[in-house]
Amino acid sequence: MTAQVFEPISPRPAPVRNEGLIGWFRVNLFSDWSTSLSTVVLLGLLLWMLPPLVNWALLSAYWLPDAEACRAEGVGACWGVVAEKYRLIIFGRYPFEQQWRPLIATLLIIGLLVASCMRFFWKPWLVVVWVAVWAAFFALMYGNVMGLEKVETDRWGGLPLTIMLASLSIVMAFPIALMVALGRRSNLPTIRAVCTIFVELVRGVPLITVLFMASFMFPLLMPPGFSIDVLIRVLAGITLFAAAYMAEVIRGGLQAIPKGQIEAAESLGLSYWQAQRKIVLPQALAMVVPGIMNNFISLFKDTSLVIIVSLYELTGALGLALNSDPDWRPFKIEGYLFIAAIYFAFCFAMSRYSLWVEKEVNKGKAR
Amino acid sequence: MNQAIMSEPIIKFEKLNKWYGNTFHVLRDIDLEVAPGERIVVCGPSGSGKSTLIRCINRLEEHQQGRLFVDGVELTDDIKAIDDVRKKVGMVFQQFNLFPHLTVLENLTLSPMWVGKMPKKEAQEKAMQQLERVRIAEQANKYPLQLSGGQQQRVAIARALCLKPKIMLFDEPTSALDPEMIKEVLDVMVEMADQGITMICVTHEMGFAKAVADRVIFMDQGQIMEQNNPHDFFNNPQNERSRDFLSKILRH
Repeated sequence: MTAQVFEPISPRPAPVRNEGLIGWFRVNLFSDWSTSLSTVVLLGLLLWMLPPLVNWALLSAYWLPDAEACRAEGVGACWGVVAEKYRLIIFGRYPFEQQWRPLIATLLIIGLLVASCMRFFWKPWLVVVWVAVWAAFFALMYGNVMGLEKVETDRWGGLPLTIMLASLSIVMAFPIALMVALGRRSNLPTIRAVCTIFVELVRGVPLITVLFMASFMFPLLMPPGFSIDVLIRVLAGITLFAAAYMAEVIRGGLQAIPKGQIEAAESLGLSYWQAQRKIVLPQALAMVVPGIMNNFISLFKDTSLVIIVSLYELTGALGLALNSDPDWRPFKIEGYLFIAAIYFAFCFAMSRYSLWVEKEVNKGKAR
Repeated sequence: MNQAIMSEPIIKFEKLNKWYGNTFHVLRDIDLEVAPGERIVVCGPSGSGKSTLIRCINRLEEHQQGRLFVDGVELTDDIKAIDDVRKKVGMVFQQFNLFPHLTVLENLTLSPMWVGKMPKKEAQEKAMQQLERVRIAEQANKYPLQLSGGQQQRVAIARALCLKPKIMLFDEPTSALDPEMIKEVLDVMVEMADQGITMICVTHEMGFAKAVADRVIFMDQGQIMEQNNPHDFFNNPQNERSRDFLSKILRH
């Protein structure tokens, strides 16, 4: 065989595909008969459902807080229920004339949470700010200082309660989950066993049971005269519950770290904790960002279960606002849509933030 | 060999035995003394215990019987002794084991800053010197996965050198590399060998062994079967198994 010799080919740009709007429709909506069929069916469904929905929610909706007018024939959504009841929905049973306090407290916490998400504020003093802002939150809510009237915790409710339960339990559950996840992989059998038992026990019961025990069983087991505020007991319950789930998510990330990474860290003289902190956890947590954010989001919504122990957070406060008022009780759907929008705003913000975090922590993987 | 007898050994195995689980006797009655500055190549078929042997030296593996001294410190369960030894022993792995979430420079400064308590600036300066030594300084701010295999392994060598180790362990440093990258790594190792650091290298690169090794150790089934200077080992192996092994790897 004679030698064949080839000339090198210099790189060319990839061909550009630009078929315009009609081309896009053809490729994405009508590429073959089955996609065409589903396009037509879905379009039909949309045309069938959308007009009545728009009509109910917008066109024939009644916007003023007038229950009488809402009951009239042909009136759609009664958004007046929100205007009428929003203070009760958002602040629950908190004394009406004192509601500026939870308002400021909530804004403070939301500001703190937003700031904590920004790289610019990731400085050591952020810890101090956290302590200060939470102290301010509790001072405002509970009062009994600086001339503020005392408001018992069982009157706290609505959005401030939801945000407080969710953010505090997330912040406390995360380090516990880290320790439990590491503990389940420890070389020491006792630590391993304790962590495994914790996870399995907590995962084996529903959150409602945990809340019930925190609220009703716990005081029975304590010596008489000894009591902890129900809010703190519930917060501890949610925290431990969330930590067990989060620990397993984190453990999944830990297992994905190759053994060679730990060996390299050890050969460089790093101690166990240094290796975990600098090498293992940054990589493991980067991998499980979506899973952890899943936990955070479901935890945020799970706080609505505290209604079982008579704490009226956002969902509970809505029931409180409407059930007790026969005039407005028929307009529950509108009320639920209102709080659904609030929940959605928070959850959507969390999930967008999680995407950003994912991008940040995976920089080393970009080629 | 003469040097080894004359000075105090920097590494000393005394009748060392190790098992994986209850049944797999991976290291059997290892007796070995390594002199300061000595360069040793360990070879042998896969599963013969060569990697395990060198991994005992920085306690990535623990032994069950016998004694092991590294620079005057006996390796036991004592964590302080282990930390002490690891500061003096650098290691290079087959799979590089660079930290993918850290830049090349951060890979190098990690240990000096956290173990050696060196200020960041000084650690970075020293790290850049090491990177220049392995001719890769221009990649300092890239992430490991952005580099070729040969470059990654050179970074790994530079990282191990940042601790100023007295002993360097190489665990098949070129086995995961494409043929065209092996040379750039071996060149760096040959340069290191000229600088008086004690080196123990598990490798099948016989050219490297001939060029730099003071001694070749041949292992099979957890035992040291033969040791000799490279010239005599390659030209005139005494043990039947080493002859067999050499005939297999040198056939091509």
